[in-house]
Amino acid sequence: MAQAISPPPEVVREDGPARGGDSSDAAGLGRVRAAVFVAPALLLIAVFLVFPALWVLYLGLTNYRLTGVAAAEPQFVGLDNFIEAITTPAFWNSTWLTVEFVLGSAVIGQAVLGFTIAWMMRDRRGPLKRAVEGLVILAWILPSAIVAFLWVALLDRDGGTLNAVLGIPGFAWLLDHPMLSIIIFNTWRGTAFSMMLYGAALGNVPPSHLESARLAGASGWQQLRDVVFPHIRGHILTNLLLISLWTFNDFGPFLLTAGGPDGRSEVLAVHVYKVALQAGELGHGAAVSTVILLINLVVAVFYLRLLRSKK
Amino acid sequence: MAAIELRGLTKVYPGGVKALDALDLAIPDGEFFALLGPSGCGKTTLLRTIAGLETASGGSVVIGERDVTALQPGARDVAMVFQDYALFPHMDVTDNIAYPLRIKKVAKAARHEKAAEVGARLGLDHLMDRRPGQLSGGQQQRVALARVMATQAQAYLFDEPLSNLDARLRLEARTFLKKLQRELGVTTVFVTHDQAEALAMADRMAVMESGHIRQIGTPAEVFQRPANTFVASFIGSTPMNLLDGVARGDTLEVAGCKVAVPVSAEGRVPDGTAIVYGVRPEYMTYSAEPADGAFGGKVAIVENLGASHLVTLDVGDVIVQAVVPEGSEPLVGDDGYALPRRDRALVYRDGELV
Repeated sequence: MAQAISPPPEVVREDGPARGGDSSDAAGLGRVRAAVFVAPALLLIAVFLVFPALWVLYLGLTNYRLTGVAAAEPQFVGLDNFIEAITTPAFWNSTWLTVEFVLGSAVIGQAVLGFTIAWMMRDRRGPLKRAVEGLVILAWILPSAIVAFLWVALLDRDGGTLNAVLGIPGFAWLLDHPMLSIIIFNTWRGTAFSMMLYGAALGNVPPSHLESARLAGASGWQQLRDVVFPHIRGHILTNLLLISLWTFNDFGPFLLTAGGPDGRSEVLAVHVYKVALQAGELGHGAAVSTVILLINLVVAVFYLRLLRSKK
Repeated sequence: MAAIELRGLTKVYPGGVKALDALDLAIPDGEFFALLGPSGCGKTTLLRTIAGLETASGGSVVIGERDVTALQPGARDVAMVFQDYALFPHMDVTDNIAYPLRIKKVAKAARHEKAAEVGARLGLDHLMDRRPGQLSGGQQQRVALARVMATQAQAYLFDEPLSNLDARLRLEARTFLKKLQRELGVTTVFVTHDQAEALAMADRMAVMESGHIRQIGTPAEVFQRPANTFVASFIGSTPMNLLDGVARGDTLEVAGCKVAVPVSAEGRVPDGTAIVYGVRPEYMTYSAEPADGAFGGKVAIVENLGASHLVTLDVGDVIVQAVVPEGSEPLVGDDGYALPRRDRALVYRDGELV
């Protein structure tokens, strides 16, 4: 017994100064050694995440350009870029289109379709379930360039598959309905994530709760309202947060419509690209990026507030 | 309130597992009925088929005058208490109790009044605005019971209602449930794997094994006269002695001892028949002195049961157990004699009671 008890005091003596009575030091490394272990990761984060973010903030305050005199010697211009950004009609057009894009393709499209598929497949086993899930996930894992090519081939005015199937040759989907096209495209592309997340969440709803509701005579919709949604509320909000932000910053629409025709599908991510890289106004683009960052923060805070409210 | 009748009820799961095999069962109005059996015997499937949560593969379920076999669970007018109580965590006690009424579109004031009335009856009146997560196991169970009572269903179904309670609370809840059922007078079927629970609470019980009912009867009938060796070995907190033997004229030769033919089997076991002799340890008289017709052997183990002791005797190469009142327990290694009560001993032939 005495032997079994004696080691701990020795350990304390050995590491005593480094620990400094810090109860959060679970690994027993001490501050210095722990810092050495974390340093490489922190360095990478600093170089590739923190610095570029701060650099964008700085650029937004200058008249930096891709080419010309301002590229060599950028001048500090204060808030001019920000004022220009939010007074440009194209910016507000893009913001509104982005809201449409997020609500249409993420909140309504991906989340609703993903949940519907997960709910319908929840009790199924066998080939049908595997086929549906396989197809949905395939849309998610294909590289963007391939997906974009497939959709251009599908929607093409003259040789497109869709027009051939519908028997309406010459119908210009991407020109006449650019927003509808990219909303359906992004729904198709991203539904897999919501489907898988909701599928996992539905597995956590206790069967006895659903059965209890069924015995009370609850309809399918009442079971969803009273049992399923309250149980997976956290999953729903987390999913909406993620897909809203991803869709908000998605550059995929550019591959289908290039923001056109005439800016009618120019969501904010495409707007920044056009301002900063096509027009070469890097300072202006950086300012727009900063505004997008702020909007993202607002969206995230909104969801996190909801998530925390009355658990 | 209504009687429940099952006719040729069969349930075959995909994959060919036969959980229920052409069961016939009649439960009269107002009875407290237990379904007892080891796990996998089909008792829960039977309860869920009555509820409509499982679809019968064959046969019919009749509740009251209605054949409900094809009806949805919500249309059968039965209420169920689940093993985990299935209380909705985001609703307070009032809303949980009133939930079935809400689905039936009872006005808010009326259903809250009903919930308060039922809740008060079960001693929940000071907990009505708590969430289930803030209640103890026993309180949660009473909320689940209150939800069932608020529905005024034709029959109640309880799935292992006591198994989530700790041991001491379980005894209290047992008494409470039995009293409540008696007062309400609603036909109630409950499932349990604990034979003591079934014996204690039920008016009548069915003992099930692999999809078949092996015996139906009152707890006293099932305890005293198990219809077959399966029921005999399953019922009883100390297992029944089941010993191979042969009929020899007007005595039985069991484990090398000559014992009298039990009263119930007199004149019904022809000479030379192979039998199984069954007697509960409680129905044995233990003595240190040799007695006529007793099992004699060496005491191998003495187990303390509280107010009595369970003595295990090595009789030849089989063991015989007897319950001995406190104060007269033997020591391990003593010679002992266990005399079965002739009016309580039983004889089984081919597994069935003679």
